[in-house]
This record gives sequence, structure tokens and C-alpha cells, in this order.
Amino acid sequence: MQAATLEFRHVHKQYPGADKPAIADLSFRVEAGDICVLVGPSGCGKTTAMRLVNRMIDLTSGEILLDGRSVMERRPAELRREVGYAIQQIGLFPHRTIADNIATVPKLLNWDKTRTKARVEELLDLIGLDRSLGRRYPAQLSGGQRQRVGVARALAADPPLLLMDEPFGAIDPINRERLQNEFLRLQGELRKTVVFVTHDIDEAIKMGDKIAILKEGGHLAQYATPSELLMYPADKFVEDFVGADRALKRLALQRVRDIDLWKAATVRTGEDSAAAKAKLADADLPYLLLVDDRGRPKGWLSDRALSGERIVEDLRSSADPIVEMDDILRDALSDLLAADTRYGPVVDEAGAVRGILSLEAVGHALAATGGHVPTATELARESAAHDGRATADGLSSGSGSDLARS
Amino acid sequence: MSGLAVTPVLAQLSDDFFGDRQGAADRCPGNNELCPGWIVDNFTDYLNPLWEHVLLSVIPLAIGFVLATGLAMLAHRYPKLAPPFLAFVSILFTIPSIAFYLILINVTGRGFATAVVALTAYTQVLIFRNVLTGLREVPQGTVEAAQGMGMSSRQILFGVELPMALPTIFAGLRIAASSTVGIAGFAFFAGAGGLGQSIFADPRFRGNVVAASVLMILLAAALELAVLAVQRALTPWQRAVSR
Ligand SMILES: Nc1ncnc2c1ncn2[C@@H]1O[C@H](COP(=O)(O)OP(=O)(O)O)[C@@H](O)[C@H]1O
Ligand SMILES: [Mg+2]
Repeated sequence: MQAATLEFRHVHKQYPGADKPAIADLSFRVEAGDICVLVGPSGCGKTTAMRLVNRMIDLTSGEILLDGRSVMERRPAELRREVGYAIQQIGLFPHRTIADNIATVPKLLNWDKTRTKARVEELLDLIGLDRSLGRRYPAQLSGGQRQRVGVARALAADPPLLLMDEPFGAIDPINRERLQNEFLRLQGELRKTVVFVTHDIDEAIKMGDKIAILKEGGHLAQYATPSELLMYPADKFVEDFVGADRALKRLALQRVRDIDLWKAATVRTGEDSAAAKAKLADADLPYLLLVDDRGRPKGWLSDRALSGERIVEDLRSSADPIVEMDDILRDALSDLLAADTRYGPVVDEAGAVRGILSLEAVGHALAATGGHVPTATELARESAAHDGRATADGLSSGSGSDLARS
Repeated sequence: MSGLAVTPVLAQLSDDFFGDRQGAADRCPGNNELCPGWIVDNFTDYLNPLWEHVLLSVIPLAIGFVLATGLAMLAHRYPKLAPPFLAFVSILFTIPSIAFYLILINVTGRGFATAVVALTAYTQVLIFRNVLTGLREVPQGTVEAAQGMGMSSRQILFGVELPMALPTIFAGLRIAASSTVGIAGFAFFAGAGGLGQSIFADPRFRGNVVAASVLMILLAAALELAVLAVQRALTPWQRAVSR
């Protein structure tokens, strides 16, 4: 089944006996195939908003449209079988095997045995659990495996909408990160519409295509993409909620391939030295990167390597850290800092050099002006204008590390 | 409930409880001693009381289980019913069995039925409490997940809550089993026989008392084991965990 659109229209919810509404005039729209994260401090109404969708709670006024049709027109049981549901407590049935747990909704829908069995196996494969684990009971699985089963169970009848209430909230940080990545990979294939509840802004930024920040009383503070949220917080509440490091958090949103890389001057052993030197004029960094015959980085060439007619393999330093195009910018920056250097070659899937990631390029991405990334040469020229040092070497000699450390 | 205190009641209820010494003791040299040889010779005399005792235990347990489970399910569904239900079954348990029989004799007459009614009443509190506790101990998250997937409350009760409560329910059933075997020892007051009748028929003869008591203890143990076996068969996931 394909993904559904979800729309909240002026939704109010007041619990019986409560003096204030739990949800007040909530309106937003989730496009089909998007992950919408509901985030906000505890008690702000995230769970309430989510449960209004599958009618575990009924709204007081307003409308919730699933694929354009009001959920209030639907029979709750039928609606819930059509909407996947995964929660923090997981709530696996301890007395049923993993396979039976996953088959819960297909059984409610009276699927025949063959179809159910095939679906269960497909889902076990999808979440990366060995099929033999289908015969086990939940207590025999690790916490992370149980959480995966919870997601598989929610996906069993191929629902067009998936509701997830802090699904990774009770998992340790390392496994949470793994589960988040797995879920994003899964979502890349399945393209479900997902409503994902969390109180963790970092998780929201990582998981969401759109983020709805709720504040006390179920008021929508801002509904935006993660980068909009980080760049243009709507008010003080959002600004405080996303945190003082919101500029840094944007690094988690970008991948190395998303930013302007520096051009590298790559050469191979045996190449003509004069021609190699000429390449430097075109590059953003005044050093030659030696690559093998398939374009994979071997290291930075020393001056001696160029002293002959042809280039010999004489390195001043290794090529580490080698960064991949798909790396998250935050992780790539961390690699640069950990290696105590300011540059690293960027390689594609085949391992061939595509460019250079530098601290300056990262800094520019952070500045978020979206304009041109200054090259080392330009930066050097700028600094020369200030202190009269005219060489690009000024850049690296200042740091006393990176290329010169060999 | 000592034998002394009930003697007048016994006289009223029955005239054949303290009949002859069955001539048995005469053959035992030490008269009131243990006399294992006598026990072996007269073992078959205990088979009928034993069978009566089995019925006096199993039938009230079975009826009591169904009744108490039903009550507990109601109390779980409508929590306001729980306190009055619990008070009611607790009071039932405190009625001395002799008094119970005397009351019931006017309704059901002397005999097996009276004993079964009283013994069933005694099982209620033990089973009711455990079923209700078991149902209440099912984690909220599990019930919520079931609701969220579109299970009806009936499907949740029978498909999730009751199975998950089974270990607690069976724990109650085991206590009820041994307790019922014990209380059924007084069923002869109601004219329903059982091993208690054998004991009170010749309470001074140690051989007789020991033979009947040991059979009662063995019966209680056998019933507990039977309940345990059923529990293990019905809760395979519990074994899987401890493996
Ligand atoms: N079943 C309920 N009955 C009454 N009030 C409730 C109920 N569930 C939640 N609330 C109240 O509604 C508000 C929002 O709760 P909830 O949606 O659970 O918040 P969140 O998931 O963001 O922590 C809270 O003030 C909470 O106390
Ligand atoms: Mg919540």
C-alpha cells in the first residue's frame, strides 16, 4: 500500500475533567512518504496528538484527515489495523513467538496462513533478524532485537501510515543510533508516511523531514524542515529548545557531498614533474596528492618527489583522514579534528578522490550564506592583504600540524 | 477446629461416624500403635474414601476456578466491582466449615452437594485474588500496543491479558488445590465421606490416622503436581526464558 497524506486541521483535545486543553488549535500537513517528528518537552501533548490519529483518543473539535478522509468517519478497530503503531514500551506479547507477534495485524485481518508466513519472513529479513528467531519468544531476544520486532509488527500489514511514540526512547545510546540509522535506511525503501514522537531534539533533527515543535498545552511553536528550524527558529521557545549549539547541529544535517569541496591536484607515480606542478595552479590547495592507478589516495607528496623529471613515491604524510562523500559533515569534521589536520581527501564509492574537505569549507557551510566557498588560495590572498605574507603556505605553517607534520 | 469442639455437631450430623473400631485394632499387637502390617492388610478399605476425597477436591476446584475467574474478569473490566467482590469471597473463606454445612444442610440437604458448595466457596478467594492480580500485572504498554493494533477488548482479554496472567493464576490454583484437599477432610460433617471420615472413624488408632493422613498429603501433592504440569503445558514461553 502506498503512503498516505495526513493533515491536522484546527485540532483541539481536552481530556474530560481537565481545565486546560492538551492540544490547542493544532494544524499541520504531512506529505505522503515523509517522516514528521513531533517534538517538545514532556507533557506538551505529543502522545495525545499521535493517538488522536488512530482514535485511541477522540478529538474534541477540528479534523484529522488521513488521505483526505476524516478519521472520525472510520471505525476505530478498522482504522487502527490500517495504521502501524509502535511505542517505547514495545509491548510485544511475551506469550507469543516473534513470528506470531509480527503476524498480529495480518491475523486480525484474516490473512491466510501462507500469505502471513511469507510476510513474516519478509519482515524478519527486512529488519535483519535471522528467520530462525521467528520461533523464539520475546524474552529470548536482546532489547535492540525486540525494538526491531516492534517496528516489524507495526509494518506487518503494509500500513500507509506509521505512528511511532518514542520508539527508541528506552534503548542505550549506541543501539539507539544504530536503530535510527536502520530505520532511516528502511524508510528509504518503504517511503511510508511516519509520525514520530520524541522529546530529543537531536533525534528529531536526524529523523525528520519535517519537525513540529510543540509547547506546553499542545500549541504548535513551529512546523518546518530541520534546517529551517535550526536557521530560523520562530521564537525564543524554539531557539531555547533547539539549543545554543543549533549552528553546530546543522552539521548533522549535511553530508560531505552537499557542500562545495576544494579541488585537489592529483598525480600518479611516473607522471611528468613539470606537468604535475602546473596542476597546482588549478587546485585549491598547494599540495599534490598522490593516487594509485584507480585514483585512490596514497598520500601527500614531498618536495623531493618532484625534484626528478618524473614523480617518485616520496610522501610527506599519509592521506588520512580519508572522508567519504556520504559521511555526515559532523562526523567528517570530527575525523579531521581527531587526525589533527585541516584537510582530508574525499572519495566516492569506488574510493577515488573527488575533492578535498577542509576546515574552511566546513566553516563556510556553517556560516550558511549558501554562497561560494573561498579556496585556500583566496584565503591566503586575503590574509596576505592583512599581514603581507604572500604564500599559500602561510595557511598550514600557522597551524603547525597537518601536511607539515611528516 | 479441633475434634473435641465438633463432637456434639458430629453426633447431630451422623450416628455412624464413631462406630465400632472396625475390629482392626484388635489384630494389632500394640493396639493404638502404628502397625504397618495392618495398614498393608487393610489398604483397600481406604480406596473408597480416597476416591471420595479426590472428587471432593477436584470438583470444587474446577467449579471454583471457572467461577472465580469469571468474577475476577468482571472485576478487572469494571474496577468498581473489585472491592465488594474481594470482600465477599474473603468473608466466604472465614466461615468455619461446620457452620457452613449446618447452614447449607437446610438448602441442599446432607451429602456430597453440600460439601461441594462449601468447598467451592472456599476456593474463591485464593483463585479470585490471583486471577485479578495476574490481569492487573499485565504491563500497560502491552495492552496499549494491542489496542493500537486494533484488537477488541475481548480479543485483548482472552488473547493477551489472560494468557499473560496464567503464571499468577496457576500459582493461586496450586494453593487452592492443597487447601481444598485439607478442608475436604471435614466434608464428612456434611455426610460426604472422604478421608476425613476414615480418620475420625477411629482417631485414637495411630495406624488408621497415619494411613488416611498420608493419603491426604499424597493427594494434595499429586494435585499440585497436576496443576503444575498443566501450567507448564500452557505456558511454553516461561520455560523458553529460563532455558
Ligand atoms: N488519559 C488522560 N487523561 C487526562 N489527561 C491526560 C491523559 N493523557 C495525558 N493527559 C495530559 O495531557 C497532557 C499531554 O500529555 P501527553 O500527550 O502524554 O504528553 P507528551 O506525550 O508530550 O509527554 C499532559 O498534561 C497530561 O497530563
Ligand atoms: Mg508521551
